[in-house]
Amino acid sequence: MNLKELYQEIILDHGKNPRNLRKSENFNKDAKGHNPLCGDHVHVFLKIDENKKVEDISFEGHGCAISMASASIMTDLVRGKEEFEVKEILNDFLEMIKEKDELKTNLLKEDEKTKLMCLSGVKQYPMRVKCATLSWHTLTSALDNSQQIVKTED
Amino acid sequence: MNIDQIKKEFPIFDNKVQNNDLVYLDSANSSQKPRIVIDRIYDFYSKEFSNVGRSVHYLAVAATNLYEQTRTSVQKYINASDKNEIVFTKGATEAINLVANTFGQKYLDEGDEVLITELEHHSNYVPWHFLRKSKKINIEFAEVNDRGEVTLEEIKKKITDRTKIICVTHLSNVTGAILPIKEIVKLAHSKGIPVLVDGCQGAPHLKLDMQDLDCDFYAISGHKMYGPTGIGVLYAKKKWLEDLPPYQGGGGMIREVKKKGISYGELPNKYEAGTMATAQVIAFNESIKFLEKIGIENIEKHEKELLDYAVDLLGKNNSVNIIGNPKNKGGVISFTIEGIHPHDIATILDEDGVAIRAGHHCCQILHEKLGLPATARASFGVYNTKDDIDQLNNSINNCKKIFNLK
Repeated sequence: MNLKELYQEIILDHGKNPRNLRKSENFNKDAKGHNPLCGDHVHVFLKIDENKKVEDISFEGHGCAISMASASIMTDLVRGKEEFEVKEILNDFLEMIKEKDELKTNLLKEDEKTKLMCLSGVKQYPMRVKCATLSWHTLTSALDNSQQIVKTED
Repeated sequence: MNIDQIKKEFPIFDNKVQNNDLVYLDSANSSQKPRIVIDRIYDFYSKEFSNVGRSVHYLAVAATNLYEQTRTSVQKYINASDKNEIVFTKGATEAINLVANTFGQKYLDEGDEVLITELEHHSNYVPWHFLRKSKKINIEFAEVNDRGEVTLEEIKKKITDRTKIICVTHLSNVTGAILPIKEIVKLAHSKGIPVLVDGCQGAPHLKLDMQDLDCDFYAISGHKMYGPTGIGVLYAKKKWLEDLPPYQGGGGMIREVKKKGISYGELPNKYEAGTMATAQVIAFNESIKFLEKIGIENIEKHEKELLDYAVDLLGKNNSVNIIGNPKNKGGVISFTIEGIHPHDIATILDEDGVAIRAGHHCCQILHEKLGLPATARASFGVYNTKDDIDQLNNSINNCKKIFNLK
């Protein structure tokens, strides 16, 4: 994995034109995340319907191309999934970004997995892993309805 | 001054970094180390090691003498009037904490004001912040102007009859602004207010003369002066060191310890509790010798040339926005590129072997004022060349290409 593979078209595109960068109307779960090291902020909004399905997900915030792309792709992939499914995808992604070579979940289609794997390049840059994981940790917090602000540094 | 020759004294440049020649532009964060400093640590541990100031055996006496020699070297280097005005600390951060703690204990009361500036590094804000709670003091901020500097007039405006100490940076690690310390001290003293200077960026790049500056406290970081980590210096006027209470308690800083009472040691021992970073202090003497050999005036001139060259080159590069243009500026350039986050810039530059810093550089107050969550920063040291600046500019262009910017 070299730099070209990290900053490939899909990351640049999502980084520049993030999908779901807005605030969901009538959201019923949300959480804030902060990476004090780079000053990245993210606020994730969820609208969970009566069947515990993600009816809508969106985010607000600012950050580097990696963190914006990660939040953008994440929000695209978990819409329509049930809460327990979101958790499975979430854990799968976090394991992949830390150590595993590939995604194991059957809840995502191959092209969706390919999209997510674009972020795997950050493994080469330990200082940047937090950029890719901030929105995902924030999503966990929103699902758990934890009021604590997610921080990448303690 | 032969930069190629000087660069050869730094072993780090002998190695490739990810198959690239290292272009090190992060000296404001920490400088690289010349061979003599590295070797001194090895030699001390292998041939001369002992703890200092305690035992009477040969090695202990020799080590103590070496340790004290550094104190004398620092005294001469910064032209302090007495060697006991030099206190070794683990860094500039500890030096400032020492002053905030002891000065705060003795002289600050509810409603008193500590005047700092918006340019300050967290290490010259947070130690004072502790006193907001423990002593109910207020912290006032002298504001940064559009050029990224804090003027004497601004300091003057913020002084009140509750101002008890003024704490300012010598050289901003973000905008590079060099503050008019001598004038600030003169003004403060005319009102009976002492001045602490955060000299982290001043000491490695500017000629220092404590008797001329006349400040009360000056904090120095060893690792930014081509020295080891874990070593800093607090310069303080003798009257303060004699007057203020001790900071940390422990071995080495006492005179007599009884169950009913303790008396403290003379200077400089009073402020050096416990076993100090002996090897680092001794190796720091080599950093001072290194700086003296080249001459700080030559270093200043060289870094000014680099700065002018870089400001000109990056200034012509459209979409590069340099933060601040102080009239008096040191070798630091913080910048942003429209459309690329500083962390992406730093990662892409790194691929070309160009080491810069991205983030808030421990100056969140300033970044909030600038309305920027982060900036990219290139900072210079004695080993940098115009080729390094060219490489920086080329890598910035590479960055723009990756992000499809023109």
